[in-house]
Amino acid sequence: MKEFEFVVTDPVGIHARPAGNLVKEIKKYTDSKISLTNEAGKTVDGLRLMAVMGLGVKQGQTVKFTVEGGDEDAVVESLSAWLKENL
Amino acid sequence: MITIQGKGVSTGVAEGPLYFYKRAVTTLKRYTVEDREAEWNRFKDAQQKCIDQLGELAEKAREEAGDEAAMLFETHQMMAEDLDYEEAIQALIQEEGNNAEAAVTDTSVQFAEMFASMDDSYMQARAADVKDVSGRILNILYGVVQGGIDSEEPVILAADDLAPSETIQLDKTKILAFVTEGGSSSSHTAILARTMGIPAIVGLGDQIKPEFEGRPVIVDGSTGDVYVDPDYDTTAHLMEKQRQQLEYQQMLEELKGKENVTLDGQHIRVYCNIGSPEDVHSVLLNDADGVGLFRSEFLYLNCDDYPSEDYQFEAYKKALTDMGGREVIIRTMDIGADKQIDYFELPKEENPALGNRALRICLNRPEIFHTQLRALYRASAYGHLGIMFPMVTSVWEVREAKKMCEQVKKELKAEGIPYSESVQVGIMIETPAAAVISDRLAKEVDFFSCGTNDLTQYTLACDRQNNDLGRFFNPHHPAVLRLLKMVTDNAHKNGIWVGICGELGADLDLTEVFLSIGIDELSVSPRSVLPLRKKIRETTVSEVKDRLMDDLMGEGKIF
Repeated sequence: MKEFEFVVTDPVGIHARPAGNLVKEIKKYTDSKISLTNEAGKTVDGLRLMAVMGLGVKQGQTVKFTVEGGDEDAVVESLSAWLKENL
Repeated sequence: MITIQGKGVSTGVAEGPLYFYKRAVTTLKRYTVEDREAEWNRFKDAQQKCIDQLGELAEKAREEAGDEAAMLFETHQMMAEDLDYEEAIQALIQEEGNNAEAAVTDTSVQFAEMFASMDDSYMQARAADVKDVSGRILNILYGVVQGGIDSEEPVILAADDLAPSETIQLDKTKILAFVTEGGSSSSHTAILARTMGIPAIVGLGDQIKPEFEGRPVIVDGSTGDVYVDPDYDTTAHLMEKQRQQLEYQQMLEELKGKENVTLDGQHIRVYCNIGSPEDVHSVLLNDADGVGLFRSEFLYLNCDDYPSEDYQFEAYKKALTDMGGREVIIRTMDIGADKQIDYFELPKEENPALGNRALRICLNRPEIFHTQLRALYRASAYGHLGIMFPMVTSVWEVREAKKMCEQVKKELKAEGIPYSESVQVGIMIETPAAAVISDRLAKEVDFFSCGTNDLTQYTLACDRQNNDLGRFFNPHHPAVLRLLKMVTDNAHKNGIWVGICGELGADLDLTEVFLSIGIDELSVSPRSVLPLRKKIRETTVSEVKDRLMDDLMGEGKIF
């Protein structure tokens, strides 16, 4: 299991469209289970759009990503790169 | 051949297959299902169809407006297949034995509430997305068709009657004519038909039978006759009539570019009533002098939440720009009464026509009014704008509304946003109260526009939506015409102009009366402009005026 944190810079936070894009991205890692935890400690499955939106993450807030299974190092690397680019 | 007759409210002949409007079922039925697995599969099928539909919409949006626009539908797609959402529905169906419709409805409410309770206005608004997606699945479960018409070829559309929100969503390229069970000449279907220039027959009652679906039909809007499975002679006769009407239409074309002036030199302006910026096209096509009534309700009916200032501004600006400097009078929102909108959350009223509607809502909820006025004044920089307020009964209402206009102008000035200083501000005269105190109201505004549909309804105590009232609902009633004369006299004494924007303006039987009274402007549906011009150009006011006015104010052999 690998964890990393990411501070959201998108001015609207993880809202509908960004959340949709994020879930789409996470779907690509079919071998890993990826979950998100918000600052309040709520953890949700990264494949569940409404749950991810329900975290209500705003700009400047930190999200903890947990990756389990598959090539964890590679997933962490490519997912963080995607996040920096898109969120 | 079966012949049935209703009331023709928009002329013309049309031929085509009859098609019943497919409406969303709004009452949810709950029941326990026997075969839970089959019910679950029924949901899965509907869910898949929903996802497919959204995929098509996303592709269409991508072609028309790019990736950003498509993303909305893709997000909706992901919501439709969201695991939490699906599992909640699955539990209700497989564990509780609920029917799919009930399971989707309850789950939709549960997720919408989750969003609505979040501490963030943007996320709260996502509750509408969940409801939208769930509504789409529900419509599929109920077998409802989006936009009401699922036919490749154009049809003669049958319905009990259509609500304003339904007429707006209709695919208008698919409609040849309307035939409705209920309705009157001032119902929304009738008004829409006249705007579109297609025939409409209302008040057919139970004569339209479901088994007529798909059968060939000819309608004659001038007589109110509907022929199902028409025989050869009828078809030939009506096709000839259609040809003659087209010829008449061509003659009217020749009136384009001509002045609206009587034989003895009295001028009157002929404007149009429209309901959306797209209608400007037919205003120009029919050579009207301007727009006398632009109903702003479409902006509110088209949205799931209060339309933003920018959204409204763009719509008004488009209408003003497209009209290229001709006057456009926009009526501030006339919600309430027969035009109800969910998100306004208006309390249910026993008698909404006499309730919280139009300007009353605006004055009670100034934030809504303020947004609309800002959008209007911003748009005023792009053309020749007039603003009018509907449903006035007292002087103080007008003063309060004008005060808000002044405040908005002050704000725009302070923010450096351009607006026009020459916007005319007027009011609708559609209550007997406003007509009776029109001498005082005239001192407050730049013009009057008489809404004869409501003025008739309120003066005669006749509900305009109730088609059973028939001969009691008489817009030619001397009480209505005397009020119009009184309003006109009071307007002219105070140096302001007066128009008619109700359906009555296009009534050629009254054109001589309106000219005699001295009405300055008639605002009618685009298709009525040229017939009205023809009538005006054939009239000699000095020959008829004394006789008509003596009769109206005197013994009443005619009125």
